[in-house]
Amino acid sequence: MTDADRGDDERDSGFGPEPVTVSIDGCSLAFGDLSVLEGISLTIEPGEFVGIIGPNGAGKTTLLRAISGALEPDSGTVRIDGVDVHDLSSRASSRLVSVVPQDTSLSFSFPARDVVEMGRQPHRSRFSSPGPEDRAAVERALERTRTAELADRPIDEISGGQRQRVVLARAIAQETPVTVLDEPTASLDINHQIETLELVRDLVAEGRTVVAAIHDLNLAARYCDRLVLLADGAVARDGPPASVLTGDALAASFDANAVVMPNPVTGTETVTAFRADCHADSHPERVHVVGSGVAAAGVVARLSAAGIDVTLGPVSSGDTAAETARSIGIEHLETEPFATLSPAELEAAETLIRDAGVTVLADFVVGSGTRALLEVVDDAESLVLIETRPFEERNFAGSAARNRYESYRERAIEVPRRRVLDAVTAGDGNRPQSQPSPSIDPTDE
Amino acid sequence: MYRPVRTAAWSAGLVVLLVVVSLTSAALGPVRIDLVTVAMAMLNAIVVPAGVTVGSASIPLLGLSVPVPGLEYAAVFSFDVPATRQIIVADIRLPRIALAATVGLALAAAGTVMQGFFRNPLADPSIIGVSSGAAAGAVAAIAFPALVPFGGLHLSAFVGALATAFLVYAIATDGGRTPVATLLLAGVAVQAFLGAMISYMLVHSGDSLREAVFWMMGRLNNSQWSDVAFAFPITLVGVLVLCAFRRDLNVLLLGEEDAHHLGIEVERTKLLLLALASVITAAGVAVAGIIGFVGLVVPHIMRLVVGPDHRILLPTSALAGASFLVATDTIARAGPAVVPVGIITAALGAPFFLFLLTRREVHSV
Repeated sequence: MTDADRGDDERDSGFGPEPVTVSIDGCSLAFGDLSVLEGISLTIEPGEFVGIIGPNGAGKTTLLRAISGALEPDSGTVRIDGVDVHDLSSRASSRLVSVVPQDTSLSFSFPARDVVEMGRQPHRSRFSSPGPEDRAAVERALERTRTAELADRPIDEISGGQRQRVVLARAIAQETPVTVLDEPTASLDINHQIETLELVRDLVAEGRTVVAAIHDLNLAARYCDRLVLLADGAVARDGPPASVLTGDALAASFDANAVVMPNPVTGTETVTAFRADCHADSHPERVHVVGSGVAAAGVVARLSAAGIDVTLGPVSSGDTAAETARSIGIEHLETEPFATLSPAELEAAETLIRDAGVTVLADFVVGSGTRALLEVVDDAESLVLIETRPFEERNFAGSAARNRYESYRERAIEVPRRRVLDAVTAGDGNRPQSQPSPSIDPTDE
Repeated sequence: MYRPVRTAAWSAGLVVLLVVVSLTSAALGPVRIDLVTVAMAMLNAIVVPAGVTVGSASIPLLGLSVPVPGLEYAAVFSFDVPATRQIIVADIRLPRIALAATVGLALAAAGTVMQGFFRNPLADPSIIGVSSGAAAGAVAAIAFPALVPFGGLHLSAFVGALATAFLVYAIATDGGRTPVATLLLAGVAVQAFLGAMISYMLVHSGDSLREAVFWMMGRLNNSQWSDVAFAFPITLVGVLVLCAFRRDLNVLLLGEEDAHHLGIEVERTKLLLLALASVITAAGVAVAGIIGFVGLVVPHIMRLVVGPDHRILLPTSALAGASFLVATDTIARAGPAVVPVGIITAALGAPFFLFLLTRREVHSV
């Protein structure tokens, strides 16, 4: 929430938790024989928003529960503001850390406002009724989470996403210097995901230290100051999003092929993952891609994510495929838009195609400028054809070009975009053992 | 948000209801007495400490006599009520009404706490075996007086109830934690075992079988002021302390981990709630036998009326329970047939509960 006046309210309340440090030192934890955390050490600086990411079962929730004091580590310590959280009484620790759990299902019909009011429990004596300060904190928390209009509805009759925001309001009303969130956006729609994380950023700006497990890597990259990648109960990577979210790190931890590139709108890292089960064992030395637009971009990203050496081009500067190749860091032959290919460019393309183990034609558009390229493709050792729209729509060079293209169709493996990796692997041994059904499939994602 | 005024208003209203029900109850019976006479007789029965007396006690071996201070009571009112009516109201009906109110208060309060504690709408005060333990103690005292070394039926039932609750708690506790589900299952198992013990004792109880069975049906006849003096202080203190933990009970509904994060010392609070609920249930059951359904149905009805917030639910349920048991006991003793009150509470409570169930109005706790 960025309204300036709301910010003023916040200052008027006199609430300013002293920013505190959370230090986790050599934390190990096992459930019976199953070791979940193995010697985790982390220091979370005051007023930092740290996102914990990692595959299912990596120990994210367990780490959060160890930080909040719900689980006592078998060895190692968790200190908040220099104090071991497991030495504190519930009341003392509840004044330091608030928790928004993953599972917020409540099966009794308290009004939402009363649930938020429970966040004031640590600050009240046993015999007092809620005072003006408590009421103000509750109303403010409802406002900030945009749940004020739900305040009188029974908590068991509102949606999961609304309930999650009410529980976040409870943590805000608790006014603790540290807040731990487990999947705070898991059941929210995109609008509320953004709103919630913006709100968490505001809390951080006010001095709260926030640790959150976040499943959505793109949101994590966009909002967190720092990411900690957990894998098998240990810290695999730790640092700013750009240094943690790399194709290699994600491939190792998540067992998925992924490309990471800056989001064109937000500028922060965006992760696109592909199935890892078709990871190429015996893939060609290098695959060259000829084509443009989303089809070529998708092919380049998939092949690159699978660890295959890819080249692209020639491709018009500014084309989606060119942008993609640039952001993943792939060698590509960029040409002036709408211009006829120069002899030098043609020669460069010919070299790339001739030396590649497999050449992929991905929605190759044949116009007067690229017609010569169609001839050069003939030199390809092995061909794969990807089409998301019919050739007629892409052919601006008449029937001769069509005949040439159709002749390639006869020797090429024709597959939908998502099968490109299989085709490339098979194409390396020239003809496929079993040819995947050819199709023109614009919705193959 | 919670408004203390609302709780105060509801509680005051229910206290008035209790007074009205008690007055009406005292007027009904084999001898009908008009309400004005009943009110006057009740007021005549009120005594306050008026002074200190000094008696003496002799110490046999030393042959000494030592002064012992004592309190002297005086009546506050002296309305003109015929002596027989004064005795019927003050010495026969009033102790029974006071005991019914005390037991109703205890059972409804304990039932509310247990339903919240176990987050289970089917929980009742005897869920961890308190009633079975009391029954075992009582039947042992009735059938085999020689086997029970300490005095009387009440004490035997009270000790049996608390020993059982403690046993169940100890069985379910492991490494300083007492999982609620384990507690529930341990309670069921111990109750089954005690049921076998009770049946065995009944088979061999001979002439005292009838008395034992009547005790287990739950009855308030032959109530004495001494019974009230035993049960009322325990109940009053227990319910007041439970009321101090009303907010903790609310927070515990969120689950133990959430409650810990909101500042509740979970295991300590659970032990305290369980102990207090067990003690007041034990006090009630010890003097009145097993009276079913009060602790189950009254909290459900009050939850429909005032909502699930224990800050208002606990005191109003307790007061409503008192009125409910006074009213049902009046039917039991002055109705068409004189029967143990447990029969009336179950016979009225069960159909009403089923009615609520079919209307889907029994809110989950």
